[in-house]
Amino acid sequence: MTRYVIGRLGGVVVILLAVCLFTYLIFFKLSPDPAVMICGKTCTPERIDSIRDVLGLNQPILTQFWEFLQGIFAGRDYGSVHCSAPCLGYSFQTNESVWSMITARLPVSITVAVGAAVLWLLAGVIGGLISAIKQGTWWDRTAMALALGGVSVPNYVLALVLQFVLVVKLQVLPFPSAPAFADNPLLWFESYIMPWTVLAVGYACLYARLTRANVIDTLQENYFRTARAKGLSRSLVLRRHALRPALTPITTIFGMDFAGLLGGALITETVFGLNGIGKMAADSIAKNDQPVIMAVTLLAAFFVVIGNVVVDLVYTTLDPRVRVTSS
Amino acid sequence: MTATPALLEVEEVGTPAPAGGPPTSTRRILTTITKDKGALACVLFIVIVVLMAVAAPLITKLSGWGPYQFDSAAINSDLGGVPHGSLGGISGNHWFGVEPQNGRDLFARIVYGARVSITISLSATLLTGVLGVVLGMLAGFYRGWVDTVISRLMDFLMAFPALIFMIAILSSLPAGNRPVLLVVVISAFGWPYLARVIRGQTMTLANREFVEAARASGAKDVQVVFREILPNLRGSIIVMTTLAIPGYIGTEAGLSFLGVGVSPPTASWGQMISSSVSWYSVDPMFFVIPGTFLFLTVLSLTVLGDKIRSVVDQGEAA
Amino acid sequence: MTADLFVVEDLTVTLPTGRGPVDVVKNVSFTVGRDDTLGIVGESGSGKSMTALAVLGLLPRGAETSGSIRLEGKELLGRSERELQSIRGNAISMVFQDPLSSLNPYYTVGLQIEEMYRAHRGGSRRDARKVAIEALERVHIPDAGRRIDHYPHQFSGGQRQRIMIAMALCCSPSLLIADEPTTALDVTVQAQILELMAELQSTTGTGMIFITHDLAVISSIAKRVLVMCAGDPVEYGTAEQVFSDPHHDYTRTLLDAVPRIDDEVAS
Repeated sequence: MTRYVIGRLGGVVVILLAVCLFTYLIFFKLSPDPAVMICGKTCTPERIDSIRDVLGLNQPILTQFWEFLQGIFAGRDYGSVHCSAPCLGYSFQTNESVWSMITARLPVSITVAVGAAVLWLLAGVIGGLISAIKQGTWWDRTAMALALGGVSVPNYVLALVLQFVLVVKLQVLPFPSAPAFADNPLLWFESYIMPWTVLAVGYACLYARLTRANVIDTLQENYFRTARAKGLSRSLVLRRHALRPALTPITTIFGMDFAGLLGGALITETVFGLNGIGKMAADSIAKNDQPVIMAVTLLAAFFVVIGNVVVDLVYTTLDPRVRVTSS
Repeated sequence: MTATPALLEVEEVGTPAPAGGPPTSTRRILTTITKDKGALACVLFIVIVVLMAVAAPLITKLSGWGPYQFDSAAINSDLGGVPHGSLGGISGNHWFGVEPQNGRDLFARIVYGARVSITISLSATLLTGVLGVVLGMLAGFYRGWVDTVISRLMDFLMAFPALIFMIAILSSLPAGNRPVLLVVVISAFGWPYLARVIRGQTMTLANREFVEAARASGAKDVQVVFREILPNLRGSIIVMTTLAIPGYIGTEAGLSFLGVGVSPPTASWGQMISSSVSWYSVDPMFFVIPGTFLFLTVLSLTVLGDKIRSVVDQGEAA
Repeated sequence: MTADLFVVEDLTVTLPTGRGPVDVVKNVSFTVGRDDTLGIVGESGSGKSMTALAVLGLLPRGAETSGSIRLEGKELLGRSERELQSIRGNAISMVFQDPLSSLNPYYTVGLQIEEMYRAHRGGSRRDARKVAIEALERVHIPDAGRRIDHYPHQFSGGQRQRIMIAMALCCSPSLLIADEPTTALDVTVQAQILELMAELQSTTGTGMIFITHDLAVISSIAKRVLVMCAGDPVEYGTAEQVFSDPHHDYTRTLLDAVPRIDDEVAS
């Protein structure tokens, strides 16, 4: 088992290196003069030159990349500025190390992701379960029709509609500002409830349809019939012989979806003005702040790839048929 | 994250491996759809949108205004560019009203926006389909190092935060041939999801007896792949490509919303929604009309795709 | 003749289909006594499985039944779901065709036997576990004390069917219904399972209904035979009667279809 985990982690490192290298090449090779872009809009030629120096942009690309990698583990000096490990780069536009920018904003993205996840799991799974049990009734048909609708609304459209109706027109909620929970719990809740809802709607609809399909399939399984033939109570039959088999595949999907969200929900954060990783990515792209873009890409990829490994490992504990056999 | 990868990912788990029955006939799909009123309504709407896309120049000639013409008479420059009249200036002259500030005919821009949405999503679906099916079948059929290389490539592409990367690439490249660029970028991140499913199903099918039988009667690899395996994949391919289209429409609209899609003054529904944000307190129709078109188009395609999938599933289960 | 333990009279099952309601079981009648074995034989679609499901109230939604099903004199048809739950697995047990898909892959075999025992007899987990181990030993699963914590996929096909039988008998039912229990197994394993079922029946005195399409199997274990064709009961009598002097053409066709070692081979 440990061999398996080590092997997978090795694969993680390889993929992250590849992502990193690819991203580095794209940004530093694609633009004619990276230093100009990195410096930003208001820039003096002297500053551009010093950036070029400090980042070693005249060196061969692989040397640059190697220095970047070293920086991640050992820290790096950008001229007179020291960026301590893990140094994912330095933004010459905000004059901050990218890592500190990330740590400042990560809590917001995590709050968005966790809140939305709780909402969509509850709504999606319970909704899908009820639909499956009441298959064919008007409840089922309406729920599934709504689910199709929910999947079809682009999340920025929903975000704008919610913001317009709840904040501008009805004035029930303020413009989101994301304070820390400890400072102002009410404002915290009021700020996050809309982004949570917007993100959750799309996923909840998908999960409802998926849960419904899985449960209906499970109800046709032979072992479900056996369970009923054994004379077990209805709740025991549903819980052990329908829910457990039906929901297990959903855990893998959930793991991947959640891991993807940890990298920042770009559109949702931007529309609601929440200062998370996603908004930072959008802003940096608009300003051509390459080091930040690179780091965010790497971070998001990291979550996805690690998420993949975690999900596979968790699945081996859930499904006895896929236990990792020791050699 | 826009709907593309999420939709395809989720549908992938629900897609069963082809069972022993005959491949789903297109005829059965068509008969099921024509009998269902909801599906017919969706088809109708999609036909309208496609007609808009195809016949855009003709339609705008009939409606009287092109998508790039400014009609300063329709807007009230004293009030900052708000359209005259209610509902954003809907009138016999401008059937959907006009855009604030520049007075462009909204109907014409919706029609040309349909053109953008349809061409980009269809092209991306086609490219994704070809890449996904070919690479997936190669990986699943030949296994060995071919499979390793293709699978690692898929893992690599799927690890990327597609949205961030698409935006970053699109914004750092010059304005060039935007639509082509969009199609390439969207497809580059979209094909692994299809390829993964195709690969899995090809592996299952390659072990089936009918493939062995074909080999035993002297068929070469190419023939086996195209005559034995591909027809059995038809159901999955139809389902996944049909469901990819609305996802890609959403992706293109999302990219245009963020300002990295087609470059102005080309009309795009996403870009119109983005522009409408600052106007929605005084001219909500500017938001409602493109938003509704986007929603209904994606909805119709999703409902259709869903119905097709239930036909295919029933066929496989038979 | 042993006292009639189980009586079915004029059982009719109607299922709703796309083309309207269809009678899948038409006026079927038979009896099973204690220590008695009834074989129900017929091809696919003859309604034999539906008959079994009707007995336990496990028909699909929308199915309609009429007639009478009586166990020890008490009517089963029309009972509430709760009453049926106390009968299933307890008074009447059922064993199904495919043992791999009939056992829940997510739980150990021990748990699946224990949950059934505790549902009908109560008791602690420790008591149930003892019962489960005994049940496995009774069907000759070696090393039962350890293997009780294994999952279904860790057993062979024959072993899985034994586990199903063990599970079905753990609450000492009066009647056991076996729906094609050996069809999915190899021939040698088939023989073992049949032997096991005969042995268990002689020690417990359970009445048995054995459903199959395989005449050879019927001939080796059934005392009475019911032949079904497209929902109709076409022949009913003792095994000797049905095999040596069938009344109905269909039975004759079935018997003729069995290849015999002394048949002439076309040259």
